[in-house]
Amino acid sequence: MAGQAGSVSRADRLEVSGERSGLRVMQLSELPLSGPWGERHLLGLERLTAAQLTTVLDLAEELERATAGGLERLSTLKGLVVANLFFENSTRTRTSFSLAARRLGADTVDFSASSSSLSKGETFIDTALTIEAMGVDLVVCRHKTPGAPHLLSRHLRAGVLNAGDGTHEHPTQGLLDIYTIRRHRGRIAGLTVALVGDIRHSRVARSNIHGLVKLGARVIVCGPSTLVPTEIRQLGVEVAWNLDEILPEVDCVNLLRVQFERQRGAFFPSIAEYAELFGMNAERIRRARKDLLVLAPGPINRGVELTPDVADGPNSVILDQVSNGLLIRMACLSLLARERRAGSGGAA
Amino acid sequence: MSEVWIRGGRVLDPASETDALADVWVRGGRIAAVVAPGTVPADAAPGVPVLDAAGLLVCPGFVDLHVSLREPGCEEDECVLTGTAAALAGGFTTICAQSDASPVVDNRSAAEFIRLQAERARQCRVYPLGAVTKQHRGEELAEIGQLVQGGAVGFSDAMHPVANAEVMRRALEYTRMFRRPVLHFAMVPELAEQGVMHEGFQSTRLGLRGIPAAAQDIMTGRDIALAELTGGRVHLMCVSTRDSVARIRQARATGLAVSCDVAPHHLLLTDEVMDRFDPMYKCNPPLRSREHVDALIAGLRDGTISAISADHQPRAQEKKQVELDQAPFGICGLETALSVCVQALIRPGHLTWLQLIARLTRGPADVLGLPCGTLEVGQPADITLIDPQAEWTVDAGRFASRSRNTPFDGQTLPAVVKTVLVDGVVRLSR
Repeated sequence: MAGQAGSVSRADRLEVSGERSGLRVMQLSELPLSGPWGERHLLGLERLTAAQLTTVLDLAEELERATAGGLERLSTLKGLVVANLFFENSTRTRTSFSLAARRLGADTVDFSASSSSLSKGETFIDTALTIEAMGVDLVVCRHKTPGAPHLLSRHLRAGVLNAGDGTHEHPTQGLLDIYTIRRHRGRIAGLTVALVGDIRHSRVARSNIHGLVKLGARVIVCGPSTLVPTEIRQLGVEVAWNLDEILPEVDCVNLLRVQFERQRGAFFPSIAEYAELFGMNAERIRRARKDLLVLAPGPINRGVELTPDVADGPNSVILDQVSNGLLIRMACLSLLARERRAGSGGAA
Repeated sequence: MSEVWIRGGRVLDPASETDALADVWVRGGRIAAVVAPGTVPADAAPGVPVLDAAGLLVCPGFVDLHVSLREPGCEEDECVLTGTAAALAGGFTTICAQSDASPVVDNRSAAEFIRLQAERARQCRVYPLGAVTKQHRGEELAEIGQLVQGGAVGFSDAMHPVANAEVMRRALEYTRMFRRPVLHFAMVPELAEQGVMHEGFQSTRLGLRGIPAAAQDIMTGRDIALAELTGGRVHLMCVSTRDSVARIRQARATGLAVSCDVAPHHLLLTDEVMDRFDPMYKCNPPLRSREHVDALIAGLRDGTISAISADHQPRAQEKKQVELDQAPFGICGLETALSVCVQALIRPGHLTWLQLIARLTRGPADVLGLPCGTLEVGQPADITLIDPQAEWTVDAGRFASRSRNTPFDGQTLPAVVKTVLVDGVVRLSR
């Protein structure tokens, strides 16, 4: 395992060093922050204040300007090592994090474990300590168990960034969804956002709820009653089971992926029935506001959460989300790297 | 040393509703007299060793209805020697060994092995529980009659619910002829499957799979109905929900042979602690929300819940140092049981000391008809001395148990077990 991670690391360094001459200088110490941060780890949006959320969104916007939309590289994380610790399969998020780290000049190592650490006879904590001993500065962790990154954060000195922990939170996805809405609408406060689909099993839903509610949006969660636990109202959201009833009031709709793999048993009778009741199609777009924003965290199931014409239509901002994801992840990595530097007395 | 004069303590004996300053005289390993302080019985031998109990509570040794000793087969978690040492450290002088060894205690020789190991350990009294069904599979009855001959005092499939109502019915009918109860873990398996915590707002917030209260309520209701149908005796282990308590209260009011116990951690902790995602808090039944905790305390007050069990489930460190859904359920409970109860029940004024000691002694002893749990003259001198004013800081690294899986590590808790006597012999002193 150690050899696996080490060899990937070497390959990455070669690739990065070849392009290092083109880096634009932006030191961690001169990161343009609009507000407070002060977090060593990013475990979820529930723990952040509105001011901290705004700091991330503003920094992402600064980075968008500084990199011409993420195309140019910066030197901000030069000399730092970011480890991608993925215990659950993910192509999109892992790629996005890798690219974000490299655009900031960091070295990256990928550590994949398709199954739990336990199956290899090593405890999760031991795995984490092994990674830390290799000298990483930031750990990006994706895991199928809620709370796994929290467990890491209690045992590591490195900053931990939650890249999705089971059905709990996915903070960077929440932030990039919110960023996308803000880029198109100029604000979050006062907007009505509907999260549609499998709320019960969605980490994206939880992160969106925490972020949007704190920033002053009205949030409606909508889906089959088996997948929308009513206790979720206590998080400050409204619950709806009929998409057509709420659609006219909605500024943005975020179509969550149906988590076939996370469900324990059947929560609705058939995919066709789901698409009929909760799928976004041309007919529903016609009855919605003209400027309705359609988001989907992906990977999308075309024909289930939304029809292809909607996915590729004028209301869809799905591809914006992907590019914005890069900026948000750059912002989050920079903020955690800054705390890491501050915490270790200025030493890299 | 089986003669002792325990002098100047506050004697708490729930069986006789005694709560008074008194001296306890032990002779020949049995209680010889409980008398006014300073009174020397006429027949007392000169030079009897004195145990100064000034400022201490003098109670019957505690009784636990189901302790997982993990031997044979899971010695990385616990063995009879360390488990009984942990019992003494917690003030327990009689424990019933849960049948969840490997292989399962579903035959006479397995029960006899537990007794043999307990005799070798020479610490506290150990009575084996036998399995209800072969290998805890819930399909065929274990050899219940032979288990009784091997010393089993009750029957339990440990954490495995007897899901099949017909099997449970036969078990309750069959155990009747031995006048032994079935100790059942009431949980509908389908509703609890893959759950790691109480189902409610907190589980929704944390994205963790829940175990709804209804999973216990439904099975409790079924067991009560089967107790009525069969005339058998059912004891529900670790009740954790408001409605289960209500159903048991009602059943007892109609005279059914239904009893239950509760675990200390269910009285002090709520599901809100799960936002630490710490496997040390993972237990089954799960830590519930406040309304359930309040109902459990009310059940203890009115006697619906007549026993407290530490629900000792030791688990080796490496088994708990994993992701929450991989970690096994269980809390290593014997050594913190009293202090957690004092914190949850005595400090807030929910129970008197006499009531608490009753739930730790006479209450559980009566469930199984065990000859212990009182300070009556002539009884074996199993006595626990407690300093109710002292506090201690839990250090799991110094547990007598082989395991350290406690959510209370590092916490300062009230009440210290000072001295424990079994058969009049001091087995623990600190």
